[in-house]
Amino acid sequence: MSFMPVILWSDALVFLLLAAGGVMAWSVRRREHLLLPWKRVAKNSTAMASLLVLSLFLIIGLLDTCHYRVALPEQNNGEAVYSPEVLSLFDKLVDPLRIHTEKTYSAPLAVTLYAKESMTDAQGRIVRDYPRLQYGGAHLGEVTQRDSDVLKRAILGAAAGALVGLLLIRVGRRRIPQRAVLVFILVIATVIGAAVNVAAVYHLLGTDKVGQDVLFLSLKSIRTGLIIGSVTTLVTLPLALFFGIAAGYFRGWIDDVIQYIYTVLSSIPSVLLIAAAVLMMQVTIDTHPEWFDTSASRADLRLVFLCLILGMTSWTGLCRLLRGETLKLRELEYIQAAQSFGVSSMRILSRHILPNVMHIVLIALVMDFSALVLAEAVLSYVGVGVDPSMISFGTMINGARLEMGREPMVWWALAAAFGFMLVLVLAANLFADAVRDAFDPRLSRTEM
Amino acid sequence: MPMLKVENLITTLRSGVAIVDGLSFDIAAGETFALLGESGCGKSITALSLLRLLPDGVANAGGSVQLDGVELSAMSEREMRAVRGGSMAMIFQEPGLSLNPVMTVGQQIAEVLELHCSDRDSPLLANEQRTIELLEQVGIPDPARRVREYPFQLSGGMKQRVMIAMALAGQPKLLIADEPTTALDVTIQAQVLELLRDTQQQSGMAMLLITHDLGVVAQTAHRVGVMYAGQIVEQASREQLFTQPLHPYTQKLFAALPEMRRRGETLAAIPGSVPPLGSVAQGCRFASRCDRVWEQCRVQSPQWIALADGRGVRCHLYQDRGARIGEPGARGEEGAFPVGEREGADEGCSIHVPRSMLLEVADLKVHFPIRKGLLQRVAGQVKAVDGVSLAIPRGRTLALVGESGCGKTTLGKALLQLVAPTAGSVRLAGGELVGLNARALRAQRSAMQMVFQDPYASLNPKMRVAEILEEGMSALNIGGDGAARQVHIDELLEKVGLDRAAKWRYPHEFSGGQRQRIAIARALAVSPQLLICDEPTSALDVSVQAQILNLLKMLQQELQLSYLFITHNLGVVEYLAHEVCVMYLGRIVERGTSEAVLRAPKHPYTQALLSAVPRIDGAGVARIRLEGELPSPANPPQGCHFAPRCAQVNDQCRRVYPEERVISAEHAVNCHLYSKSDGCG
Repeated sequence: MSFMPVILWSDALVFLLLAAGGVMAWSVRRREHLLLPWKRVAKNSTAMASLLVLSLFLIIGLLDTCHYRVALPEQNNGEAVYSPEVLSLFDKLVDPLRIHTEKTYSAPLAVTLYAKESMTDAQGRIVRDYPRLQYGGAHLGEVTQRDSDVLKRAILGAAAGALVGLLLIRVGRRRIPQRAVLVFILVIATVIGAAVNVAAVYHLLGTDKVGQDVLFLSLKSIRTGLIIGSVTTLVTLPLALFFGIAAGYFRGWIDDVIQYIYTVLSSIPSVLLIAAAVLMMQVTIDTHPEWFDTSASRADLRLVFLCLILGMTSWTGLCRLLRGETLKLRELEYIQAAQSFGVSSMRILSRHILPNVMHIVLIALVMDFSALVLAEAVLSYVGVGVDPSMISFGTMINGARLEMGREPMVWWALAAAFGFMLVLVLAANLFADAVRDAFDPRLSRTEM
Repeated sequence: MPMLKVENLITTLRSGVAIVDGLSFDIAAGETFALLGESGCGKSITALSLLRLLPDGVANAGGSVQLDGVELSAMSEREMRAVRGGSMAMIFQEPGLSLNPVMTVGQQIAEVLELHCSDRDSPLLANEQRTIELLEQVGIPDPARRVREYPFQLSGGMKQRVMIAMALAGQPKLLIADEPTTALDVTIQAQVLELLRDTQQQSGMAMLLITHDLGVVAQTAHRVGVMYAGQIVEQASREQLFTQPLHPYTQKLFAALPEMRRRGETLAAIPGSVPPLGSVAQGCRFASRCDRVWEQCRVQSPQWIALADGRGVRCHLYQDRGARIGEPGARGEEGAFPVGEREGADEGCSIHVPRSMLLEVADLKVHFPIRKGLLQRVAGQVKAVDGVSLAIPRGRTLALVGESGCGKTTLGKALLQLVAPTAGSVRLAGGELVGLNARALRAQRSAMQMVFQDPYASLNPKMRVAEILEEGMSALNIGGDGAARQVHIDELLEKVGLDRAAKWRYPHEFSGGQRQRIAIARALAVSPQLLICDEPTSALDVSVQAQILNLLKMLQQELQLSYLFITHNLGVVEYLAHEVCVMYLGRIVERGTSEAVLRAPKHPYTQALLSAVPRIDGAGVARIRLEGELPSPANPPQGCHFAPRCAQVNDQCRRVYPEERVISAEHAVNCHLYSKSDGCG
């Protein structure tokens, strides 16, 4: 076997989430009344367009989640030795982007470095000029050919992308009634086609300080963002659900205790709490290097802990919401009917109250997602976020911030992180809006 | 010249389905026109169409509305704004929701005044004066003080009066009242209806009264239009309609009313429910529920047939110009059953053979502490139920009657131990329930179950019918294994008149009446001996109410169930109950057989309550005006609780709470007017 699959902690959690999502979708499909709001979401073209963007991000994130280690040629007593580097399917897919590192900064689509260097020319003289890049535009004979070559490649790529888009539309036209979504598919396919074709030989978004391709970094950051956004909910959900429902249903001293807990928690400045927790964890990790066989698993554990800590501080909002809703529900007559049958409290909570607050949970989760992605960026910028070796929007921004001050300015790393994050969060927000509207019983539903 | 003239009004959904389909009527100045119909027939949408305040997705699709000769549908939105609240005003159903809670009563009335009749010279002062006048006009005591109060400081009846004052502020030519008294108690309802009648007489405005209550129509309306599925099916003056209803639907509505003289009979319920919008493409919309249906009804939509003196009816039976009026089926035929033959026998056995008591309640108290201050010290007690004793024999129905807030529902829950009683005893079939722990109580749960008021809130929307029905059995561990329970569920559904296929469906697929059947089936699933029915029909339409009452009656005969029937609908009490307890402020003030209590009420409160119920025959029980409203149970009056509102009050009433006086073997009352000497007749 030439490779060994690796399942990091965060991978396992992502798969767990996927499985949970699959089970939920399956159970919703079988129940007409639960399916109804989702059908309303499916009718909304904004929602479907943003879902399309989200699923592109999701696919990249999932590909990036399937990790493995390659076997090295040498053997140790007949046992295969694996490389200490943990790769993912996504890395393999965009291998050129990963491997093609330049010396240092280069601007988007550039064929030379961003700064002049002293070079020895053919005659042996020392000249100061912009050296050619090792990979970016290396196929060009002359620097001046670049513009026409980029244009040609972009148009060719766009055409190929548009063709694929048209094919997709032909296949999907029956199932997707909205014109807007079809047009959107075409646009996205064209853009991706152009980008892929150009990125094959250029650094589409430039390179960073150590010469890594910024497009590659941005794409790798997606997984980190998605994990922060979704795995955190694994922590918040049980806490918020249990405490919220219990406080609302039991009232009395249970309610008091839970309310005190979340009031106290939400009055501690969360950045402070997170910083303290992350630093403590960092010390623990540093003193126990024997726990980790690769640096990736070390960075990953820190990411999982960050999710945990973020989750511990962010369940209070949902909890408060659920408590209020449960206070309302517990007075409803079907709860009283269950009480008069002597149904146990736990059963009332799980059979009667939980299914009836699920729509709130869902809306809150989708809305929280974008907030968490942004929170990661802020925390990593402050320096208490993910491991510095882990690629994320936050570390990208943190790395780029000092270069903003230099002249000429290095703007592309920041702009790329900004653009990708904006698209991701905007899509998530638009989708959350559509979901909230579809589940809102107060909006009139005259279309039905 | 009519004040309001509506011709061929059509209001549709965006999909083109008509909610209001070709409505024509007119109202003269000083006249009250009532739109009578069940829920979902388009009454409220009609009112909103007149004001052009339709909700999103509903649009006016044709017809003309003329107010005092001016066409409204041609007006611009700006002109329309002057009409709303000005020459046309509306009163809504729920007074608690139609006043803005953060504005004082005076500000809200002044807002209308500023918009529609501001006095240019000294607007502010004049408005204040006028506001006070208006509040005085609608009978609010001490208006100068009330002007500065907020809605939460007013009771329900007062809020509805304020709403009326706001409507009157613009000096409207037409007042639209959309179920103005549905959310109010009978005694308050009587006050509000009287106020509406008086104001109309003074100002000579036209009034459009929207209601589902035949009693309200009988008391208030001059002419009546009966609506069914978006159409007016019959239009007549009140006298004509109540002496001889023509349309089979109207006839059925009258026949479905529970009354004393229908005791022992099955009510003439209308089968099924109102068809969903747009579901009837051809033929008469009532055809599927009509028992006089013939081929033509299913094929051809009946035309409006105008009869003599302004009457009209939409029915194929009257095609040949009313020749069939007076044929069988008209109301005159109803009630021909001798009043009490079957019933007499029924009553007889209760007197001679003492039945064993199923439920005995002695001196039950439920007090809720009022906590105040930092340390949550108990500052007082809300005495929701304050020393109630009652007993229900097997297979009988005891009705608990009283206004909202008198503690009926709390009493019901205390019996089920859903609310812990403060003191007293509840003995079910001889076994004491108060003070049992949860485990011991669970063993007793199956004997006593509850049917709730709102069928829309009493079924979990996320559970299928089979799961709902099985829940009780599995919680109490009865009904055998899974297969046996499924068989039992099938039987239950059949028993309450539902299809077996219903068990795999969710509650939202059923109508209100069907849901209530499911709720009854759920209670029956654990084979109880006593059902506590908390206003089980108050959220249902008259025709569906009759179905449910018939079902309850049938189940009682079949299963020997006892019912504790909590209600404020005295018609239902007359029809169903064997015994009645009248409750006032947490205590029972009068008890006895329903015959005795309802025919010869002794307590002044019972007398007032009975006289406040609008009768459809308009029979002249002199109305006893009840002043004021129910006092707070946190601070009940000294002496007799009813003393502050009682017309026959004396000194003793204000000092001492009256003992129970026995009037006869089956009648007792707590009132000083009946001293021990002249009791025991």
